[in-house]
Amino acid sequence: MTAPLGSPETVLDVAPVQWRGAAVVDALVRSLGPIVLALLTCGLILAIVGRDPVSFYADILQAGVLRPSGLQDSITRMAPILLVAGGMIVAFRAGMWNLGSDGQYLLAAAFVAGTAPSLLAAVSAPLGWLMLGLLGMAVGAAWTIIPAWLRARYGLNEIVTTLMMSFVGSGLANLLVKGPFDGPSTVPQTAVVDVSLRLATLPGTRIHIGVIVALVAVAVVYLIFSRTSFGMRVDVLGANARAAEHVGIGVPRLIIVTFLASGALMGLAAAVDMLGIFGYMRADWNPAYGLKVVPLVFLARLNALAVIPFAAFFSVLSIGGEYAARRAQLPSDFLLLAIGLVLTFMVITQYLTDKRERGEQILPRRRAAAARA
Amino acid sequence: MPELLTTGFLTALVVGGLVAGVPLLFASLGEILAEAAGVLNVGLEGMMLTGAFVGFIATLATHDVWIGLAAGGISGLLVSLVMVILCIRLGLDQIVVGVAIVLTAEGTTAVLHATLYGDSYPRLDAAPPLAIPFLSELPVLGGSLFNQPPAVYLGFILVGVVAWLLRRTSVGLHLRAAGEQPGSLDAAGVSVVRVRTLAELACGTLAGVAGAYLAIVGAGTFVPFVTNGMGFIAIVIAMLARGRAWWAVVGSFLFGMSLSLTTALQLVGIDVPVDVVQMLPFVSVIVVLIIFARDARLPSALGLPYLRGSR
Amino acid sequence: MTQGTTGPDFVRHRSVPPAAAPAVELIDITKTFPGVVANDHVSLAAMRGEVLCLLGENGAGKSTLMSILSGIYRPDDGRILVDGHAVTIESPRHSRDLGIGMVYQHLSLIPTLTVLENLMMGANPGLTLNGDQARRRFGELAASLGVSVDPEVRASSLSLAQQQQVEIIKALWKGSRVLILDEPTSMLTPQGIAELQAVLRGLKRSGLAIIFITHKLHEATAVGDRVVILKQGRVAGRLDPADLVGLSHADLQQRIVMMMFGDTTAAGADIAELRDVAGSRAASRPRTSEPLLELAGVSADGGRGERGIEDVSLDVRGGEIFGVAGVDGSGQRTLAEVIAGQRQHSGGTIRLAGRPIDGLSISARQRLGLRYVTDDRLGEGVVSSYPLSMNLVLKRIGQPPFWRRGRVNRAAIQRNAVEAVGAYDIRTPSVDTRIGKLSGGNIQKALLARELYLSPRVVVFNKPTHGLDVKTIAAIRERIRGLASDGVAIVVISNDLDELLDLSDRVAVLDAGRIAGVVPTGQGAEARIGELIVGVTTRQAVE
Repeated sequence: MTAPLGSPETVLDVAPVQWRGAAVVDALVRSLGPIVLALLTCGLILAIVGRDPVSFYADILQAGVLRPSGLQDSITRMAPILLVAGGMIVAFRAGMWNLGSDGQYLLAAAFVAGTAPSLLAAVSAPLGWLMLGLLGMAVGAAWTIIPAWLRARYGLNEIVTTLMMSFVGSGLANLLVKGPFDGPSTVPQTAVVDVSLRLATLPGTRIHIGVIVALVAVAVVYLIFSRTSFGMRVDVLGANARAAEHVGIGVPRLIIVTFLASGALMGLAAAVDMLGIFGYMRADWNPAYGLKVVPLVFLARLNALAVIPFAAFFSVLSIGGEYAARRAQLPSDFLLLAIGLVLTFMVITQYLTDKRERGEQILPRRRAAAARA
Repeated sequence: MPELLTTGFLTALVVGGLVAGVPLLFASLGEILAEAAGVLNVGLEGMMLTGAFVGFIATLATHDVWIGLAAGGISGLLVSLVMVILCIRLGLDQIVVGVAIVLTAEGTTAVLHATLYGDSYPRLDAAPPLAIPFLSELPVLGGSLFNQPPAVYLGFILVGVVAWLLRRTSVGLHLRAAGEQPGSLDAAGVSVVRVRTLAELACGTLAGVAGAYLAIVGAGTFVPFVTNGMGFIAIVIAMLARGRAWWAVVGSFLFGMSLSLTTALQLVGIDVPVDVVQMLPFVSVIVVLIIFARDARLPSALGLPYLRGSR
Repeated sequence: MTQGTTGPDFVRHRSVPPAAAPAVELIDITKTFPGVVANDHVSLAAMRGEVLCLLGENGAGKSTLMSILSGIYRPDDGRILVDGHAVTIESPRHSRDLGIGMVYQHLSLIPTLTVLENLMMGANPGLTLNGDQARRRFGELAASLGVSVDPEVRASSLSLAQQQQVEIIKALWKGSRVLILDEPTSMLTPQGIAELQAVLRGLKRSGLAIIFITHKLHEATAVGDRVVILKQGRVAGRLDPADLVGLSHADLQQRIVMMMFGDTTAAGADIAELRDVAGSRAASRPRTSEPLLELAGVSADGGRGERGIEDVSLDVRGGEIFGVAGVDGSGQRTLAEVIAGQRQHSGGTIRLAGRPIDGLSISARQRLGLRYVTDDRLGEGVVSSYPLSMNLVLKRIGQPPFWRRGRVNRAAIQRNAVEAVGAYDIRTPSVDTRIGKLSGGNIQKALLARELYLSPRVVVFNKPTHGLDVKTIAAIRERIRGLASDGVAIVVISNDLDELLDLSDRVAVLDAGRIAGVVPTGQGAEARIGELIVGVTTRQAVE
């Protein structure tokens, strides 16, 4: 199943560009346009199912931003979103569709939640957090090794393998939670980390330091891609894998490194969630960040800094959305609809702006053919 | 373990395999068609889910399984129109659009279900089985194998149809050409867009039927996210089958049986965690991939848009 | 459908009385693309039983004209007559239904399908594939063309000549009145060309009109009954049967060159017949006494459908240009990639200036002065969405001055690009322009700039002028000669024998991954190289 499938980097145009006036406006249109269109469409759907869209969105704003506790929750929610987004950006820019982030996340979460109570009892909290963070990263990274190796060595399509490993990973996580990591409670779940031992919070807030960790992580990802030769190599690999081979980039090694880094960030997201918010893991629990974060990283055009506002938007939508949906007697899965529509409108916007750029009316790319003739 | 081979165990295993395997079979057959034509239909899960929801509502309203399956198929077809327009006509990225379809379908069905039924989960009457005379009276497995809801038989007929279509008809030939080298097909005077559209619509329809079967015959009810990753499993099966329809049968029922193995084992008093059993097919596929990695291959134009003049 | 074009009977017609109307006639065809006039009031007529040669350089508008005939483009202006009736060709299918058969330069059989399946594609009446009927039709056409190919094997197992024969069968499948061949000899051995000519003679006898597109002058005069010369989208001249029979070879050439270039002294790098002084220039170059590049018994697997190489030994001295000839797919790319370090070899040794470099990476070889200019410019040579400036440093990612301790130095990258644009005459709006937007010639110049920086010692060129315009070809060949004069050891791989004879001091013939022989250029070299290719090819056919 080796196939020259489109690489994520070629989905959108993420070639290095100079961010000057017109480019910024263009990027804004491409990024905000889809969000506005999706919110309008969602409003329409709300109206159709007999809910008042204005009060629904007002509730979201109220619960997700305006209320102090809601704002803090929204900011806290950004931590795992940013880390998962960072993990996807690393993989996607290398041209690797790591769609198995859920498995990587859950397995890491199980290990962190399972070992945290005893570890934090044994060592000082900051050291424990560090060790558990590293543990999460190691587990997340380890779960990408098989797809990475199959892709690097045999060119085996990573979409399928990461998806399958994701299923195995979530099964394994459940087994661990029900088995060796099962806590004292009657329901299958790990022992709970004492609130006092969870990640420290920013003074006067409920926002834990995991948010800082996440922000630092995406900033590092950004710097790597904008400044370093390593980032450049990854980008070349993502833009044209054969060119990467031709110019002497060690492609198999780079595939494995980027996969490991991607998985590590997924694992770190899990560790931050376990230590910062939940404190334990229940069997069959799955926040399923994976597919939901995909639209964000594409809206941000695989730029790790630009993903921050989108993560904030998503967090508000998910924190405020839970409240608004409850009030409107709708399931919180409404969020999925919104995100799915954002993604749909994003590709359409991309298509339209690309077409305008080329100044073409009917079939795109005819000019390329003409140039050859 | 001789007690494993009891009638109860085998019946549970086979029936469970059929119940879980048939939707996988329909969906993977659809995906085989789409992939053969060069369309990677990541949105399969969303199409199944839509089919499950619409099919369920239709059957709930009409008390007719067939109307439900048909309604599910039609809804899947409509969802696949999104893929047709965005990916096949406009050449947008198939994976991104597929993910969008999955998310939107998950959200829409959950919201609509809540709007329509609130917290109640209405159930359907059990689908009447269609017993094949004589065969269904065979000892041991006869009763379970040949006494099934008719959609199961439809599934088997479909395998033959898809196999025949791909190997023995001009449509199948054009599908394979569209997946391997669309430019050549175009040069031969056959519209690549039309061929791919046909494949994708067939895929959407089959996925919709698969979802409807899952809700109507399998679960007897609709709950949000009822497909639970089956669409992705079907994609995996299709990729492994690589255009060979009969392999989809093997794959679907292996996965289907392992999904139902837990129940069967519990019947004979062996308590294996459900997670282990559900992981098994994936683990075995990964092991197979590791062993046979060098032989795996996909149509060479899979996932790539085709626009005339951009060869 | 004219009766002479269906079934086996078309060979029985010894001669077809010339019909009043041409089989296909183009009148005043004009086609423009943004910024380019591809065809400017072109008129031509293809008669039954004749070969019309369309001669012109790359970019002269031949391909656009044929795309119009095959229904891919519609003309902006002008008329198309088929058998005297005006038609509007709507689509490729319509073109075929009108009896216009097309054989493209890049063969379009689908490798994973069988020969028969390829032929039935788009041509099978009804839903169920009718294999028996197709087999019969194949048998008829194959017999009449004198072709022997097994219709049940996969297309990937055929030789290029066989694939082309199947393409011709495909074009004739539904009974054509016109057969268009686009640069049909570009992939063939001399043997394959001879076979093709025999096939063409048979087709002419059957009353088919043939349009033969080529950029090679001698082919046009050898094959054509009429010749139309295209230049920059316009008809620059015509030769009628009377001219072709009446004039001597030399006169013909002179007339054509006059038509193409306005005068006979113009630098026609693409026209092999104009070559005169290459040999003497080569002799005057200083050579190093020791070889700079040495391959001793090197074997390697191909991978990605490429043929591998087996037991290849060669040595190239500084100041020498070493040509590698052979039919496409004989292992040329594997050879180039093995030298560049892009592919591991399984046996033998590669030495650079006497030092083994077997284990060294691509970038280590780069630093030692070993460079490789790939033939697949867009596929692997560049990242087309990246700016020109980035593409110029792709092989030096992480190296100073462009990166210092892992950090990028954009100013240095920019400076480097500005210098390269000047030194290599790269025509681009700016150094920030995406390289994919540049023309093939400018992309090739950018690749040269990237590979020839600082002090190259050994440079491997794979098809360095393939698909480029005459001016760029001349510039690139001049640069290659210049490098040799500076003492660089050069390997030029090409399927264009004329180019190799023009540039090289010695030419090796690569066949099925082995070196069949090495011939010094000079008197009689062309014939000997041709013999080597043919000889080996025949042996292969026997095997």
